[in-house]
Amino acid sequence: MKWDLLFQLLVNGLIVGMLYGVVAMCFVLIYKSTQVVNFAQGEFLVLGAWVCLALVTNMQLPFFLAFIFTLVFMAAFGIIVQTVILRPLIGEPIISVIMVTIGLSIFMQSLMNWIFGNDAKRFPDVFGTSDIVSIGGLNVEVAYLLSLVLSIIIMGVFFWFFRFTRHGLAMRATAFDQQIAQSLGISVKQTFAMAWAISAVVSGVAGIVIGIVNSVSNSLAFVGIKVFPAVILGGLDSIVGAVVGGIIIGVLENMAEYVDGQWLKIGNLYTIAPFYVLIIILMIKPYGLFGTKDIERI
Amino acid sequence: MKPNIAATGNGLATDTILSVNNIEVVFNEVILVLRGLNLKVARGKITALLGTNGAGKSTTLKAITNLLATEDGEVTRGTIQYEDEDVTEIGPEALVRKGVFLVMEGRGILQDMTVIENLRLGAYSRPGADIDAEIEQVFKYFPRLKERTGLAGYLSGGEQQMLAIGRALMAKPNLILMDEPSMGLSPLLVKEVFGIIRRLNKELGISILLVEQNANMALHVADDGYIMENGKIVLDGTAKELMENEDVKEFYLGGGGERRSFKDIKSYKRRKRWL
Repeated sequence: MKWDLLFQLLVNGLIVGMLYGVVAMCFVLIYKSTQVVNFAQGEFLVLGAWVCLALVTNMQLPFFLAFIFTLVFMAAFGIIVQTVILRPLIGEPIISVIMVTIGLSIFMQSLMNWIFGNDAKRFPDVFGTSDIVSIGGLNVEVAYLLSLVLSIIIMGVFFWFFRFTRHGLAMRATAFDQQIAQSLGISVKQTFAMAWAISAVVSGVAGIVIGIVNSVSNSLAFVGIKVFPAVILGGLDSIVGAVVGGIIIGVLENMAEYVDGQWLKIGNLYTIAPFYVLIIILMIKPYGLFGTKDIERI
Repeated sequence: MKPNIAATGNGLATDTILSVNNIEVVFNEVILVLRGLNLKVARGKITALLGTNGAGKSTTLKAITNLLATEDGEVTRGTIQYEDEDVTEIGPEALVRKGVFLVMEGRGILQDMTVIENLRLGAYSRPGADIDAEIEQVFKYFPRLKERTGLAGYLSGGEQQMLAIGRALMAKPNLILMDEPSMGLSPLLVKEVFGIIRRLNKELGISILLVEQNANMALHVADDGYIMENGKIVLDGTAKELMENEDVKEFYLGGGGERRSFKDIKSYKRRKRWL
């Protein structure tokens, strides 16, 4: 057994898992408040990364300014997607909504391919992110630490938002029952738009972080696919479940890599392990760890 | 004094806060639920709207608050006026901001939130309000809610009803519409809840439209009353007049006048349908 490799992979898994958790939260936020399964979540993330990169490299903006502009852009983008594409679909069958988000995902992929090209591009090394620091005998890239800190901040803000702010409470009320929310004076349309805006912004942040850690390319949308096992594991409508599911999937991936590299030598267990989990979870606990069971009203 | 049997419902009180004029409500574009309904709520008074299951009482409240759209219903004719303003087409959230608040049937409590969170959402329409101080005010009317720190879903039925009314107070409304506050409560709790309703009306001057099946309780706290059947008002008057009306006694209050044999009652009912 190579203990230090195992430990290193465990830490990597934890950090990547936190990022999965953040993207899964965005997915759950949209599903919970608007009952839309957003298959374009991964593309949202890539779009955020590309826009920020373009602002930094093409427009020569300082990173923080570019970061802020990207957030504003993503918020506007989320609102536009909701109002233009999804609002007319309210009340339509779920399969139509799913087809539309799949269509949106393909459309965004091709559009980004066209505008930003097919090659992976690296962020300029803004704050020495590829430096390596040693913590307790572990070698960790600064970029990984950065992503860990950002993930924790985002999760904290989510928690605070839904627990203590007026709009956060309104969003939870809308998720619970739209008619009750309306009777309290909450505008459901506004809440839906806000859910998409927040989801797009946070996906954008995650995209930028992953872009800094790896590099920016259209294949980053894979995170959007990885999010499905995480979300199904945690429970489709649970924010906490999304975080826990994300971390589990991240760690599991890296453990699969260890097992594969040490003994099995299959070579791609890393990519498929999360989907085995997905299948097993669907068989034994279809509502996930934290999801609420659907109670049919009589 | 004979109550006004005409279905127009005019000539009740002088100062009206809400008037519903001849509205018709259709569900799914085919099912006619309300057929020309008229009613008025007097300012600072409690108005009871009574009727059996399926008479259209809840639909009336949802028509007033514009919540029908979520159930594929719409007002196809008539107008609704609040404070001399036509609010027939206004959105539900705008109406809450104007001071009309609906306490929904089955209480409409957000069960996965705490009592405090439910109360804070009551004040959603008034950003910048001093919410903590107002929550303390609400606890004065409902002291037992203060001890409940857990999720609202774990409250008893009576406590949930009190929370629903307390949440309505957080919106500082001029008019509260209540949909069956007595539903599923024990007789003692019903009495307590109705006592609170009367206190709110007297102490805070809130006008109340009270939809009820429990006609006896409702008429005891109300000032005016309407009785509806099949989507129409069939009888109106002051609460006192309605309580003394032979037909109301017979159909809604139970036992009225001398006892008759079962056969007599049946023929009496057939003869006296208000249609």
